[in-house]
Order: sequence, then C-alpha cells, then structure tokens
Amino acid sequence: MKDLGPYIKEHKFLQGMSNDHFDLLLGCASNVKFEAGEYICREGQEADKFYFVRHGRMAIELNLISQGAVTIQTIDPGEVLGWSWLFPPYVWHFDVRATELTRAIAMDAVCLRNKCEEDHNLGYEMMKRFAHVMTKRLAATRFQLLDVYGKRN
Amino acid sequence: MENVISPTKQSEPHSEMTPRLHTVQSLTHETRDTFTIELTPTDGGKPNRFAPGQFNMLYAFGVGEVPISISGDPDKPDRLIHTIREVGTVTKALAHLRVGSTIGVRGPYGTPWPIDKAKGNDLVIIAGGIGLAPLRPVLYSILSDRRKYGQVVLLYGTRSPSELLFRKELQKWRARFDLEVKITVDRAVDPWQGNVGVVTTLIPRVSFDPDQTTAMLCGPEVMMRFSIMELRKSGIPEENLFVSMERNMKCGCGLCGHCQCGPLFVCQDGPVFPYPQVKKLMNIREM
Repeated sequence: MKDLGPYIKEHKFLQGMSNDHFDLLLGCASNVKFEAGEYICREGQEADKFYFVRHGRMAIELNLISQGAVTIQTIDPGEVLGWSWLFPPYVWHFDVRATELTRAIAMDAVCLRNKCEEDHNLGYEMMKRFAHVMTKRLAATRFQLLDVYGKRN
Repeated sequence: MENVISPTKQSEPHSEMTPRLHTVQSLTHETRDTFTIELTPTDGGKPNRFAPGQFNMLYAFGVGEVPISISGDPDKPDRLIHTIREVGTVTKALAHLRVGSTIGVRGPYGTPWPIDKAKGNDLVIIAGGIGLAPLRPVLYSILSDRRKYGQVVLLYGTRSPSELLFRKELQKWRARFDLEVKITVDRAVDPWQGNVGVVTTLIPRVSFDPDQTTAMLCGPEVMMRFSIMELRKSGIPEENLFVSMERNMKCGCGLCGHCQCGPLFVCQDGPVFPYPQVKKLMNIREM
C-alpha cells in the first residue's frame, strides 16, 4: 500500500487534499492493470469500485442492437471513472473497456463509503470533487447532443 | 493584419468583382460530403497569393457564388486549393465538377490568422469539423518556420471517425515530435481507439504557457464559445484568442452588407477576428 501513496497524491482529481484524507483513501486503494480490450465493468454489475486512471485510456460504451458497442466517452490519465458507487442501487450504467494497456488505482467503494459516513469532512471533499466532474460531463454531454458539426446523412 | 493580400493589387486588370477563370485540376473526396479541389488559372498565370485564413468567392456558372476558405499551402502558389462541404446549391454544383471544368474565382478576401503576431508564443489551434480547412494553411506556415514558435498544439473535433478531414496529413503531423495533435470524435464504434468526447475536453490534457499562448479557433460558433470558456479557465488572455466567423456573404468585399454582424462586415473586417472584437456579438442570439 505504501507504494500507492505517491500515485494517489499526484493524481489530478485529488490535488489539494489533506494528508489525513490521503491516508484514509490509501486504505481503500489498490493498484490495477487492464489489458487492451479488457472490460473493466459491465452495465448492470455492482459498482463496487471506481478508478483513478494513471496511464492508458478507458472507453465508456453503450451497446446498441443496431450498431453494436458505441463509445460515447473516453477517460484519460488524470481523470476518474465511475460515480455509480456513490448512489444506490450502486450499479454500473455502462460498459467500460480499456482501449490500450491501462493502469489505474482502484478504490473499494464500500470501504470508502463507510469512511465518508464516519468522516463527513472526507465525504464532503469527495462529493465536491465528484460534483465538479459530473457538472463538466453534463455540460460536455449537452454539447455532444447538439451535434454541432453540421448536417447528418 | 500585416500580411493581408488584396486581390486588386495583384491581379490587375481583374477588378474586385470580376471572377478570374480557373480550371479544375483535381477533385478529391475527403469524406461523405466534403471534397478538395485544386485549381489553376486558365490565363496561364499563377493563382493569386493569399495569407492563411483568407477566402475566395467561387463561382459555379449558372448556379451562383459561394465564399470558401483557402485550404492549401501559401508557399506552394502553383495551385489554388479549396476544401468544401456540400451544404447548398452552389457547393453541390461544385461537388459535381470534373477535371477540366471551369469556374470563376474572386479573391482572396478577408483578414488572415495572426501567424506573425504569434511568433515566440505557444500556439493552440482548435478546429471543429470543416473548420480544419481554413486552419490547414496556418499549420503549413508554422511548420515551415517551426523554430519561431513554442509548443504547437492542434486539437481537432468532429462527429465521427469517418468525418475526419485530411487523414494522411493528420497521421504525418501526429508523427512529428514538434507538434502535438489530439483528435476527438463525438461518438465512435470499433476500430476507433482514440478520444471520444467534445473538443473542449482536450484542452486540459495539453500543456502550454497560458500567458504566452495564442489560440486560433475555427468551427461551429457554439464550439468556439465553449472552447473559449475552457481556454480562459486555463489562463489565456482574451486578446490572444482569435476566431474565424462565418456569415452569409454575397459580394465578399464589404459592399452589399449581407454578412453584416453588428458594426462589422465579416467579409472585410473578418473572417478572422480578435476575440474581444466579437465577444459580445457572439452572445447575441439575433446575430
């Protein structure tokens, strides 16, 4: 676990967090690696983890009967994957696949939820950071829906 | 503005309103609805010189005229190159031209990208969809004089992988060590392994020195507005942001007023504007 400390502290999502909170997070963290093409989670599965991406790329996919798997967003190093762990019923809403060799820090969701309940300062800190990510992604999704690049077929 | 090229100065006896005849030398389909044509003057002379960002009025005889940015290399003056998307009657007619066909060309018109002013700075170029075409001459110019610039970043967004323009050149540019190219699409299916998401999401993923960065943006106005918000968050001063505006043009030289946008004529005062000059206008719905 000691080795993960620098990785967590360096991660963009967690910049500015207190050392006490880092220590709490570290207790729920593990180092993970996904091969290119490997699925990280599947729609409907329990969201028992979320990930701080360190290297590589993850693709969030939606499976459409007519088109197969459509990638709707990619997650790059410095970004975070997953907020389904925060809200009941704690299930993934999309499939997520590593498009290349991807290294990440996996956070145990149950472990962290319990710590957030015990330490509301940590909980508030996490909620603020996730709310920021969600706001940005909501804006990006709205922009994507506008389909600004001209006429369709 | 120092390198604006006026059509009347160099193409006498052609007046500003008289098309010069050009022959189509090649027509290449870039995507489903976008094509590139290469033209040479029928009079045996060279095409009019242009500065990156300027446009010509292309005349499909019997159909009409349309303003199209020049997408070729300003240092290769033998052929005039335009990349065009089929969106209306005139562009559809241009798409059906054949090698050897003749069209009329007036121009170049308009203000250029500030590539001289950007020397010594980092450069962030943001293109959306067909917006890469007017920015390609900027890349040609910068890469031919690469040492005069700091970090150079191209961020390019389009709807899907099949709608990427200039694929071969994008691959070459991506292979360079002195140019960072990031491409994103709104949605993708296999085998695309690149970024998926709007172009604004690429901005925090690249590094530049905000105080010493010039940004040039061309694409749908909503894309430029969102990108500018992100660039401002990263600390680039407003006066270092430049946008290319698009409006319905008729004469191309500030006479008819069709392209009027508030106090500005896009054909004459633009199409490339310093952002502070058009900031308010971009946020007025009626504009």
